[in-house]
Amino acid sequence: MSVSVREFAERGADLELVGIQKRFPGFTAIEELDLTIPAGSFFALLGPSGCGKTTTLRLVAGLEEPTRGRILIGGTDVTDTKAHQRPVNTVFQSYALFPHMSIIENVAFGLKRRRIGDADTRAHEALRLVELDHLAQRRPAQLSGGQQQRVALARAIVNRPALLLLDEPLGALDLKLRRQMQLELKTIQEEVGLTFLHVTHDQEEAMTMADTVAVMNKGAIEQMGAPEQLYELPRTVFVANFLGQSNLFTGRVVGTTDTAIAVDVQGARLVVPTARAARHQGQVTIGVRPEKVALHRDAPAESSSRNVLGPGHVIDVSFSGVSTQYIVSITGVGTVTVFAQNIGIGPIASEGDEVWISWDVEHGFGLDDDLADAGKFAADDDTHAIAVQRREALVAELEES
Amino acid sequence: MSGEVQAAAVLGGLQESEQQEDSGHRGGRVRRQRIGLGDWLLPVYTVIAFVFLLIPIVYTLVFSFNDSIKSNISWRGFTFDKWLNVCNVEGGAVCEAFANSIVIGIVATIIATTLGTMIAIALVRYRFRARSSISLLLFLPMATPEVVLGAGLAAQFLAVGVPKDMTTIILAHTMFCISFVVVTVKARVASLDPALEEAGRDLYGSPSQVFWRVTFPLLVPGIMAAALLSFALSFDDFIITNFNSGSVSTFPKYIYISASRGIPAEANVIASAVFLFALVLVIVAQVSRAARAKRLARLS
Repeated sequence: MSVSVREFAERGADLELVGIQKRFPGFTAIEELDLTIPAGSFFALLGPSGCGKTTTLRLVAGLEEPTRGRILIGGTDVTDTKAHQRPVNTVFQSYALFPHMSIIENVAFGLKRRRIGDADTRAHEALRLVELDHLAQRRPAQLSGGQQQRVALARAIVNRPALLLLDEPLGALDLKLRRQMQLELKTIQEEVGLTFLHVTHDQEEAMTMADTVAVMNKGAIEQMGAPEQLYELPRTVFVANFLGQSNLFTGRVVGTTDTAIAVDVQGARLVVPTARAARHQGQVTIGVRPEKVALHRDAPAESSSRNVLGPGHVIDVSFSGVSTQYIVSITGVGTVTVFAQNIGIGPIASEGDEVWISWDVEHGFGLDDDLADAGKFAADDDTHAIAVQRREALVAELEES
Repeated sequence: MSGEVQAAAVLGGLQESEQQEDSGHRGGRVRRQRIGLGDWLLPVYTVIAFVFLLIPIVYTLVFSFNDSIKSNISWRGFTFDKWLNVCNVEGGAVCEAFANSIVIGIVATIIATTLGTMIAIALVRYRFRARSSISLLLFLPMATPEVVLGAGLAAQFLAVGVPKDMTTIILAHTMFCISFVVVTVKARVASLDPALEEAGRDLYGSPSQVFWRVTFPLLVPGIMAAALLSFALSFDDFIITNFNSGSVSTFPKYIYISASRGIPAEANVIASAVFLFALVLVIVAQVSRAARAKRLARLS
């Protein structure tokens, strides 16, 4: 399917990134990126700031040119096409509404540039979709943040692009409004059936909205899949820690059966199903989500279906209504976080108590890398990159003068 | 500097006057709390300062109605004659000089504003060799004494053999106005969110459409302020003009020359008219701004 700027896309289009690399003077934003987003899907690129997700989006929009690689939209190579000739629209992080135009002029801008008839009627339709038609004659400055966000969305979808790019469009909204907008966005996506590429650093937002989430780190995709799959079975330390919280342990594989591997963590024997472990021998990192871990006041009975650690001491209890978070320190192993549903009345253990923890063997997962490789959390390389850029710019200016 | 500069300041840097109003209110509150010295010292000082500032303007305005013969120094009686027959004395020399000044001001402003705006956009938006050096060099005409600029340029015209007329005056004025335009417009370009232009490109705007429909309208306030500033600078420039005008007369030059034998009241008439025009401009700008603010407040 070839997509022309002059016509409306009837449905979303596939997006393919092939061997993309993007270098800026001083640093590399994207090392090597291959990505295929199927038509009609809601795809989220999730990562910390400086991981290259916004650069990826700008490459697709045509606002940056890749150093290497090809970009295909609906099978057509658009790598050498300028931004205004691509069947793609963007909802910018700052909304970027034109302050000197009324809302309706903003929304009709794209249609008029493409000389599509009935621009105003279509613009009003798009405004009705986001329930803002009554404000059509106002200026952007007279609208609240949430309203501006909806106008930015209307201004993009009115063009029926094959691909809609969302650059953290909900970042500036408060929590309640953000929830509401998340639902609205999702509804609109289903209604109009476009392909959405959503860039965000908010893992909850990515998981609620997207069909597929790709976790990006340091200019490359770490893991990609459905939100449940990513959460339940993370493949790397970064994903395990960035997408929710994880308790991670490192040890040597000491036993293997057909269905499970046993790992020795400072004398404790922890079992992980083979199918849920990425590596089956040598030094491995395994983990479990805090809400899957149970807290016991007395030593639980040994069982082949549960991993048990303890005794340890509760070093912190924080009560948050629906659940309580306990931090348990276990000698040799380190600290373990436990989320317990508040089924009884109040916390079941207090600071200093001696406790045991256990979890179902089936809930554990084995990662593909080591804690030492990745560190607890990948460093935000943004500041470093900026520092390098600044220095180069300074050197260049000094050379000039 | 004449009233247009104030007009430019009012139209361009609107926030500035608000700040002044604010500090005025603060001053008022502080004064009320104090007793003694401050109670009379500040008002007296203010009145003296204003009298000092306004005397030349009041003189010009009042003596434009003087029934003078040759010189316009002593009061000889009230008349409208000078206003009605402003172009009929000395073969219309005053009016001719005034018209020259207007033509030079408009042409120099158009050239300087166009070139200066282009330079300002390039300096902010693009990275190229010698960018910082160019920024620095653009400051030089503002920092250099006008006599030096005027004499230097005159020497070059002489060396190349260009006869001095309107064209050389326009060239000279364009030269020193460009720097002011660049500085004024640059500030506006720098405060423009690049995402707006990107949004224009993203919404199928070709580079020229993005410039004329997004960039330019958003720069208009800065460009207007720069244009008013250049016109004002050009209109009342005397030093550089005097070096490069040859026999062409401009309004400031005419007044300077006639000062030696007594300035005719017609000069007062034109000066007063310019002053009143600038005043009206400022008032209209302020009133329309207040009306707009009120309308915005009512809508939201």
